[in-house]
Amino acid sequence: MRIACPCCGTRDRREFTYSGAAVLLDRPAPGADDGAWDDYLHLRDNPAGPTRDLWYHDPCGTWLEVSRNTVTHAITASRAIAGGDA
Amino acid sequence: MSQSHRIPGKGLIDRQRPVRFTFDGKSFEGFAGDTLASALLANGERLIARSFKYHRPRGVMTAGSEDPSALVEVLEGDQQTPNVRATVQELYGGLRAQSQNRWPSLRHDLLAVNDLMAPFFSAGFYYKTFMWPRAFWEKLYEPAIRRAAGLGSLSGKHDEARYEKAFAFCDVLVIGAGPAGLMAALTAGRAGAEVILAEEDSRLGGRLLGIQPALDDRPAMDWIAQVLEELRALPNVRLMPRTTVTGAYDGGTYGALERVGLHLADPGDLPRECFWRIATRRAILCAGALERPIAHPDNDRPGVMMASGVRSYANRHGVNPGRVVLFSNNDSGLETARALTASGIEVVAYVDPRDIPVTEDFPVYARAQVVGTSGRLGLKSVQIAHRGGTSHVAARTLGLAGGWNPSVHLTCHLNGRPRWSEDLAAFVPGDGAVPGLSVAGAARGVFSTAACLADGVRVARAVLADLDLSAPDVAVPAAEDAPYAISPLWAVDAGGRAWLDFANDVTTKDVILAAQEGFQSVEHMKRYTTQGMAPDQGKNSNVGALAVLADATGQGIAQTGTTTFRPPFVPVSIAALGAGARGHGFAPRRLLTSDARSRAMGAPMIEAGLWYRPSYYPRDGEIGWRAACDREVRTVRTCVGVTEVGTLGKIDVQGPDAGQFLDLLYTNMMSTLKPGRVRYGLMLREDGHVMDDGTCARLGPDHFLITTTTAAAGLVMRHMDFVHQAFCANLNVRFISATEAWAQFAIAGPRARAVLDSLCDLPDLPFMGCTDLRIGGVPGRIFRISFSGEKGYELAVPTRYGAALFDRLLDAAEAIGGCAYGMEALNVLRIEKGFITHAEIHGRVSADDVGMGRMVSAKKDCIGKAASQRPGFTEPGRAQLVGLVPCDLGDSLSAGAHLYNEGAPATRENHQGYVTSVGPSPTLGHWLGLGFVVNGRARIGEVIRLDDGLRDKKVPVRITDPVFFDPEGGRMRG
Repeated sequence: MRIACPCCGTRDRREFTYSGAAVLLDRPAPGADDGAWDDYLHLRDNPAGPTRDLWYHDPCGTWLEVSRNTVTHAITASRAIAGGDA
Repeated sequence: MSQSHRIPGKGLIDRQRPVRFTFDGKSFEGFAGDTLASALLANGERLIARSFKYHRPRGVMTAGSEDPSALVEVLEGDQQTPNVRATVQELYGGLRAQSQNRWPSLRHDLLAVNDLMAPFFSAGFYYKTFMWPRAFWEKLYEPAIRRAAGLGSLSGKHDEARYEKAFAFCDVLVIGAGPAGLMAALTAGRAGAEVILAEEDSRLGGRLLGIQPALDDRPAMDWIAQVLEELRALPNVRLMPRTTVTGAYDGGTYGALERVGLHLADPGDLPRECFWRIATRRAILCAGALERPIAHPDNDRPGVMMASGVRSYANRHGVNPGRVVLFSNNDSGLETARALTASGIEVVAYVDPRDIPVTEDFPVYARAQVVGTSGRLGLKSVQIAHRGGTSHVAARTLGLAGGWNPSVHLTCHLNGRPRWSEDLAAFVPGDGAVPGLSVAGAARGVFSTAACLADGVRVARAVLADLDLSAPDVAVPAAEDAPYAISPLWAVDAGGRAWLDFANDVTTKDVILAAQEGFQSVEHMKRYTTQGMAPDQGKNSNVGALAVLADATGQGIAQTGTTTFRPPFVPVSIAALGAGARGHGFAPRRLLTSDARSRAMGAPMIEAGLWYRPSYYPRDGEIGWRAACDREVRTVRTCVGVTEVGTLGKIDVQGPDAGQFLDLLYTNMMSTLKPGRVRYGLMLREDGHVMDDGTCARLGPDHFLITTTTAAAGLVMRHMDFVHQAFCANLNVRFISATEAWAQFAIAGPRARAVLDSLCDLPDLPFMGCTDLRIGGVPGRIFRISFSGEKGYELAVPTRYGAALFDRLLDAAEAIGGCAYGMEALNVLRIEKGFITHAEIHGRVSADDVGMGRMVSAKKDCIGKAASQRPGFTEPGRAQLVGLVPCDLGDSLSAGAHLYNEGAPATRENHQGYVTSVGPSPTLGHWLGLGFVVNGRARIGEVIRLDDGLRDKKVPVRITDPVFFDPEGGRMRG
């Protein structure tokens, strides 16, 4: 599997660390209730189909949001979470 | 007579280069270009192996890697490689091979008694036998079955040979260099695409080598030579012979196994094998097709082969099969009979169940079947049932031509299933099963030479269009274009066992039995009979078996379906897959700058993550760790000790918003830290648990240096990158790992200052202060922090000066009675002070659990703040950090032991806590422990029971405050 890093180009999967679903980007605001935090930390969909993952490119330190299909393994998009497209 | 079965003047072997080899200790001669199989056949040796279950005599069945029977052991020095296919092993001078799975010898194998017991060993026998008495299973039956199972054996020694792994990238990967593959590579190569042409065989040409048809009225070998000359001259084309593409994976990635040195008597520096990972934009599968046998009684004797194998050994290796009978149900088999006869081979019978004309240059038995064979150690005669009755024909070789199976395997590796074609009576690839993979030639079900050549060009042109490359003109040579007519005959209905899977000894009776017992799905039949589960993955048995199953269940073949194929296409040695990862190659070793000195001092080194750290520094007369550890602890507490602490992660953080950024990461305030000061901090995970602890030093208004625990350095860096990029990318801050840039040493003890004064101009630093300084003419940093609880400093210099600085520090320390100290002493010192490590912050504790609840600032948000305040974290009943002292001061404690109230049985319901760290304290004169106890802080003074179930040790312990020594901290603050 290869993933496109906006900094370094398309690189082998082994250079990346997977970190979970992209919902981690939607951090609840301070003061949000326990339910919101519980959902954020522990509740996940498990789709057979498109999903958005967070991957870290170890060599350059860029975090990516990767659009991937869990059934076909096809990667359709990849962007840096701090802004900008692959 | 040497090489008694050679045809003069035939074959691609080099008769000028004879090659000597041994098989089962007997010496033979072959020629360069032979495989072990062809050389043995040329010497008249047909008995090569004993079958898996019944130990039946077996020989060479095919001329390719799909052979299910000709498995031997190859000896190299004191090593041996089992299960090598003799059809693949190239001959080299001095090759030593031996048969396997037989005792005491190949000709006289006592385990052939299994064949007599065959009725007890039918499919699934191990589910119905060896059941009673139950106790015998573990002691008798299983060990006996294990000893009898398997084929080859290992030497039992480590494999120290060289293997490699490599990566390759291209535009078009052509898999297979037969007619379709050569044309495809030529087309793509002329178009300027980056092409890799991978071929399993040692020579390129595929089926053309075995058939050698006329191409453009020229000999096939001339045409192949011309094509290869052009391909070799193209700089964008890479030829990879001896390379089997073993699997198709996601994203256009293919695995391939290259046999680099296995064919050489002296490989020199070459690796034995290389495992390739090839990333390609497009791939063309030109893997050809494999001939399948016909199941008839006793169709497994040495001398029974695929008809195409007989032909290939004759044309390519000049092997004379002797008197040949051919049993065929299709025109390809008939054509083989004609070709063999034309080369001077004696075809004594051509047997075909179809109603075909009898006018050939050899005896034809139409509407006939082979119903038996004789010749236990080698075929002697073939029994043919025909309209006139039954004939016994003396023969040395029986060639089976049951039809052709396109090699669809790679197309199934990503969960695709092939499609049944009634016309071909074979499976063909399903469309689009592997993204980016096209199929051409016989692998697609196109069988004539002309059609394969044209198909290679056609498919390559389509692939080039996909890649936006313009396709060149490619002339396709004229070649035979015979139609393929087949009348399926899967199994001959006559008495006696008929073999389907030669590798796992599965017969038609086993498949029928499976269906009778209810295992009617092809997936069940496969597992119940083990058909198709041998290393050959059922290459020449799958279709026959499911045809027999379809017949037994009354469903058609298409409805029965097929099991799938998974990588690898051929067996791949673990050594090749894991090349380079043996011994120290498995993981990088990270060494301290003081590593050489520590080892020279005799310090045993222990692994902390990837780092190697000294455990203790034994002096003369000290046996074991305890004596050295006690001495080192005492020396640090009374004088001074030196140790290298540079393994801790160091992250350099800079920018006007650095303080604000660190406030979000740490539970406590860092933005208020003054330059020149160091603060201890906690980082939480977002779920509220403690992730790491460390120090944060402010070197300047916009400059911080933080430390992490050794094993968490990468984790913390990743976390910081995430927080920054996800939540505050707008902050003006940058940070970088500086772990390897600085060597860092702890100088700890009442006389620490004296050591440093002798080496540099040490300023007066307050406790938890830091500053730059110069030492020995190099720039450094000094931090007045202490993990030992004594007055201590940590001194950092650029890594390249570390070894020299350690020498200076140690010399200065030893001059005043100090010493080096290792991990054991470091651990005891910090336990005495109740300082926690990741033994305590193991990922399931909160800040409050370890007594640091007040470090979570109420004034600001931080990662993990909200979750750390959830009810489960704040309600009573949580296990809290405490100290533990044995009631009997002579007792030792065990880390990992569990804690229970006195008198309460050691059950889950009674669980009170667990012990995380222990150590013998020379300072206090007894063992100490740190651990967690439910409501621990309210139970100081209580006596509970430490229960070590592993060592059957029960020790009464008293709960104490975790800080055992100098609770006010005066020693380090002074």
